[in-house]
Amino acid sequence: MGRKLLTEHIDVEGINTFEVYRKHGGYRSVEKALKTMTPDEVVEEVKKSGLRGRGGAGFPTGMKWSFLAKPEGVPRYLVCNADESEPGTFKDRHLMSRLPHLLIEGMITGSYALGARTSYIYIRGELLYVLRILEKAIAEAYAAGFLGENILGSGYSLDLHVHPGAGAYICGEETALLESLEGKRGNPRNKPPFPAVQGLYARPTVVNNVETIAAVVPIINEGGDEYAKLGVGKSTGTKLISACGHLNKPGIYEIELGVPVEEFIYSDEYCGGIWKGRDLKAVVAGGSSVPILPKELILKTAAGENRLMTYESLSDGGFVTGTMLGSGGFIAMDETTCIVKNTWNFSRFYHHESCGQCSPCREGTGWLEKVLHRLEHGHGSMHDIDLLVSVAKQIEGNTICPLGEAAAWPVAAAVRHFRHEFEWHVTNPKEATAPGAAYRGTAVLA
Amino acid sequence: MEPTTAPTKPQFSPAAQAEIKRLLTHYPEDRSKSALLPILHIAQAEFGGWVSPEVQDLVAETLNIKPIEVYEVATFYTQYNLKPVGKHVLEICRTGPCMLRGSDELTEHLERITGAKVGGTSPDGTFTLKEVECLAACGFAPIVQVREKYYEQLDTPEAVDAMLNELKSLLHRPILPWEENSTLPNSLKNY
Ligand SMILES: Cc1cc2nc3c(=O)[nH]c(=O)nc-3n(C[C@H](O)[C@H](O)[C@H](O)COP(=O)(O)O)c2cc1C
Ligand code: FES
Repeated sequence: MGRKLLTEHIDVEGINTFEVYRKHGGYRSVEKALKTMTPDEVVEEVKKSGLRGRGGAGFPTGMKWSFLAKPEGVPRYLVCNADESEPGTFKDRHLMSRLPHLLIEGMITGSYALGARTSYIYIRGELLYVLRILEKAIAEAYAAGFLGENILGSGYSLDLHVHPGAGAYICGEETALLESLEGKRGNPRNKPPFPAVQGLYARPTVVNNVETIAAVVPIINEGGDEYAKLGVGKSTGTKLISACGHLNKPGIYEIELGVPVEEFIYSDEYCGGIWKGRDLKAVVAGGSSVPILPKELILKTAAGENRLMTYESLSDGGFVTGTMLGSGGFIAMDETTCIVKNTWNFSRFYHHESCGQCSPCREGTGWLEKVLHRLEHGHGSMHDIDLLVSVAKQIEGNTICPLGEAAAWPVAAAVRHFRHEFEWHVTNPKEATAPGAAYRGTAVLA
Repeated sequence: MEPTTAPTKPQFSPAAQAEIKRLLTHYPEDRSKSALLPILHIAQAEFGGWVSPEVQDLVAETLNIKPIEVYEVATFYTQYNLKPVGKHVLEICRTGPCMLRGSDELTEHLERITGAKVGGTSPDGTFTLKEVECLAACGFAPIVQVREKYYEQLDTPEAVDAMLNELKSLLHRPILPWEENSTLPNSLKNY
């Protein structure tokens, strides 16, 4: 059993209240940081911990914090990204609704480290009920003197607010999020300038995922070096994995980074295997934006080594035979799954969610959806399969934000590994479009 | 009585006005436009589940911004309904992980038993069906969201019936969170 740093007390009755949370060691990191550490020392601990952003890109958090511009007399902000909309990812909702004080504690300690006097939690609008939970917890923290003026007599003051979105995946992209927080459409900004220099209200800003900010709490409590002892190599600490799809036990698991993928899928401690006694066909390991891998390649790398739940191991083989840990949205598909249909479904998602600013993304995602739709419905041609790859290539690198790539890469990977299945839809349209039909041939492993 | 369509000159209730005032304290004084998204949520909840052009104008007036600044936002975000809706809007997740666990079948089932088609409202005005993208609850698929509540694991007819019965038993809309003290007969608090 791995250690649980974030969710150890999640099942304790009343842990959503300040009193019970505090009894279980809550808000110690705030006391420690504000009373015994300088802001720079807090940043230093986070650097030592090796913590990497849990929102998807895996950028080292301590380094991000040290990039924050600090011009005299200009306010700066910490903004928590609680937009959680990457298909397959549902860990932040879980953490915030069950352990609201953990996020608030991380926000206070993090804001202190960055010198922010006002901080925001931007939560997707569908989660208004979680916003209410957070607001209640924030009110408790104010009442207990952990928010507001002169926290714990340290001279440090902080206001914390929750702000809802209103239904737009793109607002998870950090600059679109900031636009949205300013009351505008969620159109990503051109970079540079980066948020660290000009973010919210054109002021220096750090945007971090919910889980990243929560992880700051155990890092400060136990020390960065202790945190870094967990995990493997540059994948330190624990990670929340949202497991869904055709698993016996879908759900949210806090794992120590480094658990073998095979163990994660099949052991009873985690997902308990594939439902209905079926065989595994494919996995999307890090949210819908990462390349899909067939069973053989998700369990073992091309070199035949056991694949581990780490940033490095999952990306072993690059986009040829590897994938990414991403946000930790782990989607398992059993042997009856139609890969073409699934790829089409995700393309429809990206087309629907493209903000429309950049033509390659706006038009390209539409093309992908349309071509996949006709392939799925048995009206496609062999040329269409290559067309998918070519459209994907034309989106890549030609857009302001990475939504375009998030749409293109999974399609390219699906065609790479499941080309036979796409071809089967062209050559045997009747069979392929029959209800419940599934291609049982082999996948391409190189 | 709650209005089912927006009156021509809508007015926020005193409770909503108080909530708006509270929200405005969250942002710097010269950045009150930041409150636009949350205020549109309040407006939608107050005025029958959608934001008519008149309601959007009211929001513009409240924030002292141009109406176009509200329109461009209201049309960008999928949660704001721009047409009248039924008493309960059922937002069905249609994205990959939910599809793997039966969201297509759930949608068909809901169309059959409510008499509404996706994008439309049942003839008696009770249910509007809307397909939405991933609701961040994929492990508990398939999912329907109704206002602020998530209904999870709707993979049996019984689970769907339980949801619909709960909704049908509501004579009035649920009490909105900023209406702490209001007493609507037969409405649910924190529903
Ligand atoms: C299209 C798109 C959607 C994103 N959605 C999210 C999201 O829902 N939550 C999140 O934390 N990060 C999301 N990100 C990543 C953010 O841009 C940003 O990298 C992240 O919030 C940084 O936090 P971290 O360093 O703590 O991971 C998204 C990025 C893109 C391009
Ligand atoms: S796919 Fe339906 S909640 Fe994520």
